[in-house]
Amino acid sequence: MTYSKKLIKIFENPKNVGEIKDANAKARVKSSICGDIMDIYLKIGDNKIEDIKFQTFGCIASIISGSVLTEIVKGKKINDVKKINQKHILRKLNGLPPIKFHCADLALSTLKKAIKDYEKKKGK
Amino acid sequence: MKKIYLDNAATTAVDESVIKAMVPYFNEKYGNASSQHLFGQEAKRAMEESRVIIAKAIGARYDEIYFTSGGTEANNWVIKEIGFANQANDKNHIITTKIEHDCVLNSCNLMEKLGFNVTYLDVDKQGFVNPKDVENAITDKTLLVSVIHGNNEIGTIQDLQSIGRICKEKGVYFHTDACQSFTKVKINVKKIPIDLITLNAHKIHGPKGIGALYIRKGTKIGALLHGGGHEQGLRSGTENIPGIIGFARAVKIANFRDIKKMQELRDKLINGILKSIPDAKLNGPKGNKRLCNNINILFKGVEAEAIGGYLDAKAICSSTGSACSSHTLDPSHVLIAIGLSPEQANSSIRLSLSKFNTKEEINYILKILPKIIKKLRKISVFR
Ligand SMILES: Cc1ncc(COP(=O)(O)O)c(C=O)c1O
Ligand code: FES
Repeated sequence: MTYSKKLIKIFENPKNVGEIKDANAKARVKSSICGDIMDIYLKIGDNKIEDIKFQTFGCIASIISGSVLTEIVKGKKINDVKKINQKHILRKLNGLPPIKFHCADLALSTLKKAIKDYEKKKGK
Repeated sequence: MKKIYLDNAATTAVDESVIKAMVPYFNEKYGNASSQHLFGQEAKRAMEESRVIIAKAIGARYDEIYFTSGGTEANNWVIKEIGFANQANDKNHIITTKIEHDCVLNSCNLMEKLGFNVTYLDVDKQGFVNPKDVENAITDKTLLVSVIHGNNEIGTIQDLQSIGRICKEKGVYFHTDACQSFTKVKINVKKIPIDLITLNAHKIHGPKGIGALYIRKGTKIGALLHGGGHEQGLRSGTENIPGIIGFARAVKIANFRDIKKMQELRDKLINGILKSIPDAKLNGPKGNKRLCNNINILFKGVEAEAIGGYLDAKAICSSTGSACSSHTLDPSHVLIAIGLSPEQANSSIRLSLSKFNTKEEINYILKILPKIIKKLRKISVFR
């Protein structure tokens, strides 16, 4: 496989997989590049991500990205999470093949959309 | 961990006896078949004996077999050089199918850019071309029909007899890409009206980089490679003697027993998977109209590359469609052609056997695979 040992380890045991039943925000994004889909569920309290889970109909890289990204942001303040960009996550995903960068983007854009969903609900 | 290789449609292990046959032709009998001296004569004799073996395997004359660097070259040769050689008198139409190997499709794309018209025939849900569709597509401008014999992704075996008969009636050249079916499905040019057949060695435990094109005597075709006039002036370039020797040896050792064995393992794996994993579906036909070594299964809701990844972690080598597809992110054109949605196509994996696979390996896969699918379905957004 074209993935590093470190990434394979993550893939074999991805973190934060599944649904959050009492999530207060969620989002689904379909990648415009490969057509794969990711869901992210958020439980936010006190402007902090208390819990986060993801599901994907996606490739190995999307599972790795979902696991890594959710681990990075869990417990973090929303305002800090909003500053995360592709560079941050790719650094954590050192060794991801370039053809798979869009999979990391899929995870990131799903997270951003879920946060937007939260803010929209809160604004109301 | 012992590796289990289930990607034999991509390529196979070279048989020990093939290697043994080839070795002397690298460092002892290394002559150029065009040389007049002893070394050259020795190489030439071995090459012609090999040509006879390959010709016999399809009921052809030895001088109707032209060695090439493989299947890709032979297919490029047919599409381009049948096209160019016959394009006079207004003939500029080629008929092929939506389930060809990329080397046929991309050659056809080039021909379209050069002003040819190409019809890409639909197939049914199991991947069969309807001979009636071929008949209906033929016009007085048609010069060539090219239909893959055994499909590399879903294993569908086409009815060459019926399609060939139509082409003959209409006076149109008929070509088949038999890379996947060669030695697995009988093909005899005395019985099937066919003008051109693409063959290669590395799918049948021969070496990579060697193949052949059968060209029926009297067929009007130009040279693809111009040079010193090798292969009756149609395919120049110093012949790959070790490759040719290995190719012939691979053809010679192919036998019915191995096919039977692969069929049994294939059906054991297919039935085992369908029984133990819910929402799994076989792509392509069942039974005798399917290549003896091909298995292609759709697992609803999970992504094929991820399945492949978990299999790989258990040292089981599978494929998501064809090896070439891994260069792109597009869903397989073959699976789309049989009516799958892009999502379904991306949920399908191919397992392809060889004579070297064992019952124990199949049992192991049947133990591992249900767990992998279950795990992935937990991750999946579709449940
Ligand atoms: C159906 C088919 N045609 C053509 C080819 C290309 O043959 P080669 O690899 O010898 O160029 C392959 C496999 O690679 C194949 O499966
Ligand atoms: S290829 Fe679609 S998410 Fe990776």
